[in-house]
Amino acid sequence: MAALQIKSLKKAFGGLPAINGVSLEVAAGERRLIIGPNGAGKTTLFNLVTGDLAADAGEILLFDERMTRLATHRRVHRGLARTYQIITLFPKDSLEHNIVLSLLGLSKARWNFFARFEKSALYGEARKILARVGLEALAGRPLSEVSYGEKRRVEIAMALAQKPRVLLLDEPLAGLSREERAAVKELIAAIPRDVTVVMIEHDMDTALDMAERITVLHYGSVIVEGTRAEVVADPKTKEVYLGH
Amino acid sequence: MTNKGWLLSIVVFICLPLFAGEYYINLASQIFIFAVFAASINLLLGYGGLPTLGHAAYLGVAAYLSALAALKFGLGHWLAAPAALLGTTLMAAGFGLIALRATGLGFLMLTLALSQVLWGTALRWVSVTDGDNGLRGMTRPFGMDDANSFYYFTFAVTAFSIWMMARFVASPFGAVLQGTRDQPRRMSALGHNVWLIRWITFVYAGLWGGVSGLLFVYYHKYIHPVSLSLANSAEGLLAVIAGGSGTLAGPLVGAAIVMLLKNYVSAYVERWNMLLGFVFVFIVVFMPEGVVPGVKRLWLRFRSRA
Repeated sequence: MAALQIKSLKKAFGGLPAINGVSLEVAAGERRLIIGPNGAGKTTLFNLVTGDLAADAGEILLFDERMTRLATHRRVHRGLARTYQIITLFPKDSLEHNIVLSLLGLSKARWNFFARFEKSALYGEARKILARVGLEALAGRPLSEVSYGEKRRVEIAMALAQKPRVLLLDEPLAGLSREERAAVKELIAAIPRDVTVVMIEHDMDTALDMAERITVLHYGSVIVEGTRAEVVADPKTKEVYLGH
Repeated sequence: MTNKGWLLSIVVFICLPLFAGEYYINLASQIFIFAVFAASINLLLGYGGLPTLGHAAYLGVAAYLSALAALKFGLGHWLAAPAALLGTTLMAAGFGLIALRATGLGFLMLTLALSQVLWGTALRWVSVTDGDNGLRGMTRPFGMDDANSFYYFTFAVTAFSIWMMARFVASPFGAVLQGTRDQPRRMSALGHNVWLIRWITFVYAGLWGGVSGLLFVYYHKYIHPVSLSLANSAEGLLAVIAGGSGTLAGPLVGAAIVMLLKNYVSAYVERWNMLLGFVFVFIVVFMPEGVVPGVKRLWLRFRSRA
């Protein structure tokens, strides 16, 4: 069964097509890389899949269930999680509070209007999740006081806290130092196989190492799709992306 | 504010009738009533990031419903008060469906428009509201006609209301609400139904706005369309901003500032509205986060230097 199916998806902004009939299928457990030059429509594609943007036409299916008309939060409840290209977390709150907000998203406890939140068992769970990404020691520190690389790890931890079936990572390595990049790469590599990972990444060397199949977008259309070797060898890839 | 601070405040408020005259006791009652009103606005503005300019609608409608239930249908307070609160809460539920179609400035304008509809109705539907004359002849519950007993009643209702609102914002739902204020898009991506969270808060704030309306009509024994006006909503909003939005004590302090200027200073200064304006300008310039967080900041700076 395909984890994610996209069929003839279209999205235009003021008459300018950003996504122009994209179709792709990602198998369960697969590591898929989406590449393409700036403006190719990669992040728009993610926004359509998550429901941040409404599609003009086409279908999105998650494990054969139609998602196209569902609100973003309902898609999350069906197993879809994502990270953002630009980190959008809660800077004044502690790392563990950030994780707890993620855990609350799928917990019935979020509808509790009168319990004391500080005593919530979710804080214990949040610390365990932070331990998995090596940030337990910083659990109580405000997010604004940790490094950019640590924020990236928190963001991935928040997505993983939701026990997703499909995880969308939007440039998870962008802006990181070599050391931070290695730490985040390790974190992504450790994601269990029952989670399907679709990733946008500009760092070709790193991304090609991590991906099993690659989709190349250009002007909102899929121009090449295949294994690493197939995509790298394809002249269209070289023309639009690698600059040869 | 710390637990000790709250406890000290409660002791002072309980002892106030022992050393204050009737004028000041009545003034304190008015501050409590306005504090409940401001605290209910704070749920939307401070914790939900939803600036409203129509919250007087809930104060006014609860007051009118209670007065109409008593005057037109002869209901006692035990029936009139719950009926008024139920009606106000249902109205908030309906208004929320309309107002929450937008956020930010759009939300502000929709809340203003909805409250103006009610203000116009109260002014023009003379056969029911007696128009510009207002409704008079109401009684206070439990025959509390003296200043002290009504003061204690108002204090008890205010303490309960603030406690209920404090529990609400300190709950898991309150944490989620504050998340929707800071990063609504991210909260959706974490599985939270942002619209529903805001709507529930809108209705809850409407309920407590209604409670302040009941206290208002009990205090004045009179209700006039001006209670539904933009000026009343704006004063509530200013009280929250002046005291410190997103804090529990802020609206209480803001309500005290507004009511003291309005009732006490106006006895000595003819152009007290101008003074009110200067006070707000002073607060916004020197303590843009509001008096409560501002004083806390200055106190911490003073202690770190000492």
